[in-house]
Amino acid sequence: MAVSSSSFLSTASLTNSKSNISFASSVSPSIRSVVFRSSIPPSSHRRVMTVRSKIREIFMPALSSTMTEGKIVSWIKTEGEKLAKGESVVVVESDKADMDVETFYDGYLAAIVVGEGETAPVGAAIGLLAETEAEIEEAKTKAASKSSSPSAAEAVVPSPPPVTSSPAPAIAQPAPVTAVADGPRKTVATPYAKKLAKQHKVDIGSIAGTGPFGRVTATDVETAAGIAPSKSSVAPPPPPPPAAAVNEKATTTNLPPLLPDSSIVPFTAMQSAVSKNMIESLSVPTFRVGYPVNTDALDALYEKVKPKGVTMTALLAKAAGMALAQHPVVNASCKDGKSFSYNSNINVAVAVAINGGLITPVLQDADKLDLYLLSQKWKELVGKARSKQLQPHEYNSGTFTLSNLGMFGVDRFDAILPPGQGAIMAVGASKPTVVADKDGFFSVKNRMVVNVTADHRIVYGADLAAFLQTFAKIIENPDSLTL
Amino acid sequence: MQSALSLSFSQSSLPLANRPFCSSNAAPSFTPRNLRFCGLRREAFGFSPSKQLTSCRFQIQNRRIEISASAGNGAPSKSFDYDLIIIGAGVGGHGAALHAVEKGLKTAIIEGDVVGGTCVNRGCVPSKALLAVSGRMRELQNEHHMKAFGLQVSAAGYDRQGVADHASNLATKIRNNLTNSMKALGVDILTGFGAVLGPQKVKYGDNIITGKDIIIATGSVPFVPKGIEVDGKTVITSDHALKLESVPDWIAIVGSGYIGLEFSDVYTALGSEVTFIEALDQLMPGFDPEISKLAQRVLINPRKIDYHTGVFASKITPAKDGKPVMIELIDAKTKEPKDTLEVDAALIATGRAPFTNGLGLENINVATQRGFIPVDERMRVIDGNGKLVPHLYCIGDANGKLMLAHAASAQGISVVEQVTGTDHVLNHLSIPAACFTHPEISMVGLTEPQAREKAEKEGFKVSIAKTSFKANTKALAENEGEGLAKMIYRPDNGEILGVHIFGLHAADLIHEASNAIALGTRIQEIKLAVHAHPTLSEVVDELFKAAKVDSPASVTAQSVKVAV
Repeated sequence: MAVSSSSFLSTASLTNSKSNISFASSVSPSIRSVVFRSSIPPSSHRRVMTVRSKIREIFMPALSSTMTEGKIVSWIKTEGEKLAKGESVVVVESDKADMDVETFYDGYLAAIVVGEGETAPVGAAIGLLAETEAEIEEAKTKAASKSSSPSAAEAVVPSPPPVTSSPAPAIAQPAPVTAVADGPRKTVATPYAKKLAKQHKVDIGSIAGTGPFGRVTATDVETAAGIAPSKSSVAPPPPPPPAAAVNEKATTTNLPPLLPDSSIVPFTAMQSAVSKNMIESLSVPTFRVGYPVNTDALDALYEKVKPKGVTMTALLAKAAGMALAQHPVVNASCKDGKSFSYNSNINVAVAVAINGGLITPVLQDADKLDLYLLSQKWKELVGKARSKQLQPHEYNSGTFTLSNLGMFGVDRFDAILPPGQGAIMAVGASKPTVVADKDGFFSVKNRMVVNVTADHRIVYGADLAAFLQTFAKIIENPDSLTL
Repeated sequence: MQSALSLSFSQSSLPLANRPFCSSNAAPSFTPRNLRFCGLRREAFGFSPSKQLTSCRFQIQNRRIEISASAGNGAPSKSFDYDLIIIGAGVGGHGAALHAVEKGLKTAIIEGDVVGGTCVNRGCVPSKALLAVSGRMRELQNEHHMKAFGLQVSAAGYDRQGVADHASNLATKIRNNLTNSMKALGVDILTGFGAVLGPQKVKYGDNIITGKDIIIATGSVPFVPKGIEVDGKTVITSDHALKLESVPDWIAIVGSGYIGLEFSDVYTALGSEVTFIEALDQLMPGFDPEISKLAQRVLINPRKIDYHTGVFASKITPAKDGKPVMIELIDAKTKEPKDTLEVDAALIATGRAPFTNGLGLENINVATQRGFIPVDERMRVIDGNGKLVPHLYCIGDANGKLMLAHAASAQGISVVEQVTGTDHVLNHLSIPAACFTHPEISMVGLTEPQAREKAEKEGFKVSIAKTSFKANTKALAENEGEGLAKMIYRPDNGEILGVHIFGLHAADLIHEASNAIALGTRIQEIKLAVHAHPTLSEVVDELFKAAKVDSPASVTAQSVKVAV
């Protein structure tokens, strides 16, 4: 059954064409339009920092490891309002989710530096907190200068550490940011460059200035944003684009002209993050292996455990987790192309479509947790997703991803491997299929096709085939799932 | 004639009062570079008797020279060389001289630099040339605007020297016009630095002349706050900027009044990016708040401009040693350091300081106040004891009442009226002001907050009428519907308290309102006047018609305040 045993055979859809039966509706509850807002426990963010006197700056927190800037969705508090420690002050949209940011100190929201709908880089002051009412005025004058030069801090912000299986770094991150608010080197950007950066949501601190005295010019911003520099009578010839922008540029400049009446919609933070990840994925050599799996037994089991709150997602995640435990290389990740790491945990991320985006809540230790706990956990994650309360480690700690389009009647598809993971499994619908067994007897069985995309630097065809075989065995004899 | 040139260059006294203006310590900063008044010029004329000898006050030391000047205008006075001597041949002095000749006075005008003063040489005139260019550049660069007309223009560009030449050619032309108009009337143009030696006695260069009446019209120079080093190349004042020797990529403009705003219009149209530094909490102080809000939306926000408000530029160092211009900002209130800017150039537009040093005021016991010469409402100079100095007047920027070219001219005419036997008091509230950005801003009379304050004090009601350029046919035909006209008036008697216009050709539209205020015309009268259709002036017509006056007509008899 294993289709490609040779590691070089990595043509797209190798398998399929076999029979499947019912199995739709499986994971449907998880696919919902949700935006995340997580109210973070105080310990997870100390972006409210001390500046001189008793005025503290509220910084744009780093809410995920990939977040470089955040958009202010709304200020929950208004200027002059009293704040108690632990109260939510502002809702920030990161590349992944909307999150409430709480204050870590008592005081007054003295000034809002970055208004609603505006974007600020991670680490930049977005508001000022005065300890007493008397200091509000002082804070306000301070804010006046802040708002026009929001880039003082971010120039020295270290780039977020790479995603790892451990969720901790993502949360611990903001600390270094705050310590360097008055760093030695500050970004100098021209007025128009600042305007463009805001408009195109480019983090101006991350742009290398090519203008006189190393300042960031409008052309730099346009290059970084991947748009053609607008002609200007005095602008110097466009400087060579920074390396990071090359890819983006290549993908945009070849596009045909817009059709009349089409409208341009800028990416949301989440869409930008997806786009960034997808382009990054192009640098990973991937291949795909498909495998048909009989699901009669699984369907029967599902009927049995459904009343106990078990979902199909949990069943599939558990099966994948158990198979991964036997094939650790599929659960490994390769970051630099020179080495790879076996991940100690099996964290199965499950792709979920949400309004205007895509998020992957993670079922941690999918191999170890029992089916019921896993189901419970999944419900909790979906609930959090709906109320926008997913925390960073709950969506960015996956080591293997599961994507299921079966409930839409899709019989097979292949998925793009997310950067940092070894493999992703695409699950098609289970449908009744005529099957001939080894004795030549025909029968009708429920069958689904799973298709795994893997990083060929670390996972070879045989590895994947063996993994799929194990996975199929588990699905076809699902009793072990309930153990 | 030239008195109609409006001096967008000097700030109205309102915003000035709020600035760290010209206290005595500012004085040393404008000695050498800005000599413009009272110099000596040999091209004078062959005529002239005046036979007094004296020592020279300025550069020349104690040389006694005899010079004569013959009279070509007016009837020779019996005991004086002239009926009227004007020190300073700017727009104020020029206006006074022309009117004096018309009144039959034998008149001399003393100029130490070039005829025309600030307005013609370093102010409104050359700046209008630059703004004419910037307006066109802006229009040609605006693809959307051009497309709406169905026009196709390939890349618009400019030649810096060509633009600069246009400005200097215009200044030369206007200066010649001014000079010729005075020569034609027979005004004696005496070249040299003028100073008052005593009552009715003036010295210029090495010469001493006497006059029945004397007008000081020495004007002003750009004010440079201390801590700012002007090198004329990268840190400049309006004097340098008007020569347009360079168009920096990024220029900081200190001060967002008339001067700063106009230059931001010029520089952004020519491709510069601009950073405003404003000491007050908002940009464009001194304008009606509603107008400045709208103006900010049109003139600042969509352009390549950012700004810092509530800050002083405490130190500005010109670009040198491979470093850019450095600007240190401190909080305007707390004086705490706030930020440092690195730009390519800085334009100091913090207002203007009176040029009254070396005028010999000590000879007549007059003490300046922050450099300004104190005068009463008739422009008569007040001495240190609070008494009027007989036969001595001061007009224009030097008295600081209203630092606008046309105000100086109006004051000069008012003085001539007085010395020729007609009492006259100028109503400064009827003097319009304009800022020639694209679109323009103009105003006359009180702003809304000023009017409301006055109304509270004097117990009357204030109403506001507004019209939009969006409803005006001519403005829409020009695709320039952005704009607002606003009138502040008394609903009880129809008196116009103030009119503010932001929109296409606002500077030309204000005069219907300023004339109405000057003549005491009430809304109920002027609203019946007919305006040609379609014209922009209908914006003002609509304004009058939109006003709701309680009692219809017949109140005119009560109007008291009549002035010109």
